Amino acid sequence: MSTPIARPSRLAAVFERCKQEGRSALVGYLTAGDPDVTTSEALLLALAEQSDILEIGMPFSDPMADGPVIQAASERALEAGTHIADVFALTKTVRDAHPDLGIVLMGYANVPYAMGFELFSQRAKTAGADGVLIVDIPAEEGHICDASLKQYGLDRIMLLSPTSTDERIKLACACASGFIYYVSLNGITGADMGDMQGIQDKVKHIKCISNDLPVCVGFGVKTPVQATQVAAFSDGVVVGSHFVGHIPQADNKADICAALSASAASMRKAVGAIA
Amino acid sequence: MYNLDITHAPDEGGHFGKFGGRFAAETLMQPLKDIEEAFYEAWADEGFHAERLDLLKNYVGRATPLYHAKQLTAAVGGAQIYLKREDLTHTGAHKINNTIGQGLLARRMGKKRVIAETGAGQHGVATATVAAMFGMQCDIYMGREDMARQMPNVLRMRLLGANVIPVDSGTATLKDAVNEALRNWVATCEDTFYIFGTAAGPHPYPLLVRQFHTVIGQEARAQCLDQAGRLPDVAVACVGGGSNAMGLLHPFRDDASVRLVAVEAAGYGLESGQLAASLAKGKAGILHGNLTFLLEDDEGQVQGTHSISAGLDYPGVGPELAYMFEQGRLELDACTDDDALEALQLLTRKEGIIPALESSHAIAAGARIAKSMAADKIVLINLSGRGDKDMNTVFKHLGWVEDAS
Repeated sequence: MSTPIARPSRLAAVFERCKQEGRSALVGYLTAGDPDVTTSEALLLALAEQSDILEIGMPFSDPMADGPVIQAASERALEAGTHIADVFALTKTVRDAHPDLGIVLMGYANVPYAMGFELFSQRAKTAGADGVLIVDIPAEEGHICDASLKQYGLDRIMLLSPTSTDERIKLACACASGFIYYVSLNGITGADMGDMQGIQDKVKHIKCISNDLPVCVGFGVKTPVQATQVAAFSDGVVVGSHFVGHIPQADNKADICAALSASAASMRKAVGAIA
Repeated sequence: MYNLDITHAPDEGGHFGKFGGRFAAETLMQPLKDIEEAFYEAWADEGFHAERLDLLKNYVGRATPLYHAKQLTAAVGGAQIYLKREDLTHTGAHKINNTIGQGLLARRMGKKRVIAETGAGQHGVATATVAAMFGMQCDIYMGREDMARQMPNVLRMRLLGANVIPVDSGTATLKDAVNEALRNWVATCEDTFYIFGTAAGPHPYPLLVRQFHTVIGQEARAQCLDQAGRLPDVAVACVGGGSNAMGLLHPFRDDASVRLVAVEAAGYGLESGQLAASLAKGKAGILHGNLTFLLEDDEGQVQGTHSISAGLDYPGVGPELAYMFEQGRLELDACTDDDALEALQLLTRKEGIIPALESSHAIAAGARIAKSMAADKIVLINLSGRGDKDMNTVFKHLGWVEDAS
């Protein structure tokens, strides 16, 4: 595969910076508009302070790959009246505050499909997103989005999982850019992490095939200890449900923000503490 | 008797035109491919069909009769009405045709556990039945609202040894049961086979479900030729996801003289906003692994649906039906809750047959169509299931028992 000569993407710069600092990237996830747009803005800004890459979830009525914590986040966001326009506005706010942060919009196919991928990509780019991760568009169905994402210079983050065969790893890597998101377990977001050695072996194997594309690992990272373990063999550690879980724990913005910031800071420290 | 050729196959990726496909999470892509491979291998194996057709005959009770409903025909006035009696199958609905097929496939693949979603409970019962016969562990996901309105089926599943898992997320109906079954399958796909209940979902399910149900239309076609000496003029089936519709209609696709009619649930009325008519009122979207017509808002959020019949209460429709509709090969019709209740009573009183509320939609539309046609014409209606499970709902609507809800 030939690599086109172009200005490196912001995501590539993020991983390069982390590499120079001798650590793994912290990829933090929150659902946009959860629990409401105003609070969400404060939470996203707080998480952005500690993260190298922020994944901004686009709420969807039927989040099939998500566990109860992120399902509830989507429901709260939609009940609070979050629209796709709010997702873009929140993205822009975070981008304006953090020019070097990597930003990935994450969600399910039907939301961008309803808007049309071209318009969606244009708006995502204008808002300041670097990449897009759509859970239910595998490489085989990329025909509906790849051209638009490319046109607007958005990276397409691809998922790989323990069930991915070599053939599938090659297929995903061929259309991925930015990074590969390795789903550490057969399951939904927020489940318990599996055997760390098995994850490490698979990540190593993917990196052999991925042609230097960074590999981040997520699904199930709940403690700083796990984050450190995962950081030791991956380019990035994705933390989602653990952060989202703070939102229903308090009923005012300040308390959620404080808890989230503390939690994000300890995760940030953990991904840098590679032995 | 049965033609085992696969006609009108989707493309390699499972697309029917722009519809269908495999919009699944990465974890499920390989398991879906494994099922696809196992299916094609089994379908080419005479032994597989020998066992399947033996079970369909001696366990399910096929072929089901084609019944010339003379009293109903007289009451309606117009074309001759013929009913394909899927209500007479073991477990009381067409769903068993598919669960026998997928159950055999699961066993062939060495899976010890099966899961399924269910709306009206008929697919759940049919899955639990096959699991009992094959000695497999069985978990059925069912929306809590559906559990309440289809309690007899919940109890049957439990009696059959299945674990019925209530689903509270979203709207607590069929679509949410599919979400929950998918979430479980992602975590268990190594030892678990997902027996998908309708001709939707990611490839290869629309193809599998269609192929296992084509026995309906193939029998009906031969029986109609035998009894009436010719093909029907119209074939009518109700549509939720589309399993009984694909089963009846697919074998008539190349008979240009036969009109194919899909009857959707209009709930409180096509303009009420409280309905489940995705072909009539939806637009193209992606849900549950395939691109199809969906009831959704402007931003792609899937909408809650309403139908008196739990089996039709689904915001999507099988991708091949979406394709046939777009190609102009499928006509649409719709019936309200009231139409269905009226048709249920009409058939019961005139023929002594109590249809399921789902099938009552097909009866209502089929009767309406028959009425507009001459007496020498034939309308074939798929009577996809029996009404026992719906008695509580019907009695409440008739005011015979107190509405506890």
